[in-house]
Amino acid sequence: MIESVASAQVVAGFIQLVWVIPGLPLAAFLINGLFGRRWLGHLTGWIATGAVGLSALLAIGVFVDVLRGVERSTVVLYRWIGVGEFKIDVAAFIDPLSSVMLLVVTVVGTLIFVFANGYMAHDQGFPRFFTWFSLFVFAMLILVMADNYLLMFVGWEGVGLCSYLLIGYWFQNTAPQKAANKAFWMNRIGDWGYTIGMITIFLVFGSLQFTEVFEKVGIATQANLTLICLALFVGATGKSAQLPLYSWLPDAMEGPTPVSALIHAATMVTAGVYLVARSTPLFVAAGPALQVVAVIGALTAIFAATIALVQFDIKRVMAYSTVSQLGYMFLALGVGAPVAAIFHLATHAFFKALLFLGSGSVIHATGNEQDMRKMGGLRRKMPVTYWTMLIAGGALAALPPLAGFWSKDEIVGAAFVSGQTVLWAVGIITAVLTAFYVTRAMWLTFHGEPRDHHLYDHAHESPTVMTLPLILLAVGSATLGILIGFPPDQGFIHSFLRPAVEVEGVEHTAEIGTILALAAVSVAAGLLGIAVGFLMYARHRPDPAAVTRAAGPLYTLLVNKYFVDELYDNRILGLGRAFFGVLWAFDVHVIDGIANGIGRLASIGGGGARRLQTGVVGNYALTVVVGLFVVLVAYGGYAAGIFKR
Amino acid sequence: MIPLGAFVAVSAVLFFIGVTGVLVRRNAVVILMCVELMLNATNLALVAFSRRGGIPDERGSVFVVFVFVVAAAEVAVGLAIILALYRNRPTVDVDEVHAMKG
Repeated sequence: MIESVASAQVVAGFIQLVWVIPGLPLAAFLINGLFGRRWLGHLTGWIATGAVGLSALLAIGVFVDVLRGVERSTVVLYRWIGVGEFKIDVAAFIDPLSSVMLLVVTVVGTLIFVFANGYMAHDQGFPRFFTWFSLFVFAMLILVMADNYLLMFVGWEGVGLCSYLLIGYWFQNTAPQKAANKAFWMNRIGDWGYTIGMITIFLVFGSLQFTEVFEKVGIATQANLTLICLALFVGATGKSAQLPLYSWLPDAMEGPTPVSALIHAATMVTAGVYLVARSTPLFVAAGPALQVVAVIGALTAIFAATIALVQFDIKRVMAYSTVSQLGYMFLALGVGAPVAAIFHLATHAFFKALLFLGSGSVIHATGNEQDMRKMGGLRRKMPVTYWTMLIAGGALAALPPLAGFWSKDEIVGAAFVSGQTVLWAVGIITAVLTAFYVTRAMWLTFHGEPRDHHLYDHAHESPTVMTLPLILLAVGSATLGILIGFPPDQGFIHSFLRPAVEVEGVEHTAEIGTILALAAVSVAAGLLGIAVGFLMYARHRPDPAAVTRAAGPLYTLLVNKYFVDELYDNRILGLGRAFFGVLWAFDVHVIDGIANGIGRLASIGGGGARRLQTGVVGNYALTVVVGLFVVLVAYGGYAAGIFKR
Repeated sequence: MIPLGAFVAVSAVLFFIGVTGVLVRRNAVVILMCVELMLNATNLALVAFSRRGGIPDERGSVFVVFVFVVAAAEVAVGLAIILALYRNRPTVDVDEVHAMKG
């Protein structure tokens, strides 16, 4: 069932098995869901982990097949919809882009699953957690494997559902419930955009299959393409937490930390990036839409980074950092560097998953404390967590030669080379802010004197099941960039991905001197941020409290997250509530009024009519006689009239 | 020869006696008898018109036979109802029977 497009002669083994990759997590989901609570108990964790681990091995196999020359192949599972010319298959589209995504999802997923076995060990709902977690991996794999927009939407909704279920995992408390609902509704707005885009694609191209649509891209008008791309991008902003639909992601930190690491840092939130990268031919042809992507991405990057500066909840710092880094990826897509975007997606998956798992390790060790103001000095208690997080933090701050440096530098460089110097400047400023907040978070958590001695005394290093994934992710965070992204623009990842995502005419090649100069500026930006952070939090020059006082209203603005939640809640939702209040009143008074009025009329009429039923036979007989007379008289008059004529 | 008008007059008188009986009496058996009276008043009118009408026609007499049949059936059913009523409650007074009063 293989239809290789580019090089059909190489029919590789693992690609035929590609449907086993999502099949294993699905099986784990079914087993854990059906038998987990009663019989399997803590076995569910290892069943799920094993399934995802096997998927990861298969994904590596698929990746190697693609590497050996099977550039684009479609593996059809079965025909889903066939109406006349319109056909939708449940089919996997395997090309360099999707094979990289498969690899990221399963490999990072496996490590996080292992970690979760330790992190969730004392939780009541352990089997339930691994049931939803497996289902999430299944849905995410469907999303990245799909060969058409409709099947992708199935995965898209599936990950949204699992995100909702896992954010609200501790549903006994109010905050997770609210956060889950918020995430779900904000994603609905994004899904609305996706749906509009998908319907427009179908109307314009008559197909939803990626390859078919991209071949026919010439037949669409500019306006159609712009509409499609903007609608799809609305979908991407919802799923990938970009302006203006980002505010669900920080709240999503109410979920367990492995969920934050896998769903809200490494994989699901990158679905929007994947969607735009997958639709590159459409976006490139649409022109202005790409500019919108770039500007929104850059704005989100700096916006979220400024909020991250003042957060005290360790997970929220990471959450805003994720929003900011996703902004970088969209910036890359927008300036015509999809390879850089996917590159950053992959490195970010490693170091951000590590930062989240490290935070989880700290939270686990301190007995569910997330406030960094109560931590401090923990590096002596948790050396493995400290050192691995230090590597991840360095990668996030884009220090060479760690992974984040290569990918982020490439994005910022691409912005500069494409002539968008304003966006480049925004990227550099964001890099300073990023380095600052990661330094601040690391220092508050691990360095200095313990601020809460009770908490410090009880802190302990996490068990091996949790530290091992940290170490492996740290290896990835340290080396991934130089392994696949060196030298810049000519590394392995570039030659591998370029056939899949780049469209002719948008490549920007730069002089080696320019590249070095840009890299130097990036590094300087990172070092500046670290230096300021170090001075403020280690040497108290200037003292953070003094800076806070000096900043005054600016600090208030940041610490309240620009009042965006309040804006949404009071202004936009207020408008909505007023509107729906009017609708409600109309429903209650007019629609229900008519229905109830008819009922009341019948009731009153019946009440009158029941008086006729006296139960006295004589009355009935009299009525019959009177009726007879009326009929006779009327008929008599009528007959007389006829005879007169 | 007795004129047609006399027959019709007797028929009308009988009919009104029947109607009045149905309306004023309470004994179910008497009411049934009054209904019979009304039916027979009708029979008389039918026979009279059949023989002395403007266009004499024997079919009017045939109708009378149908009315006999219907009347017999009606009496059978009516008496059965009255019997059933009497078994359920010790009265045949129709004003006492108002279980279905609305």
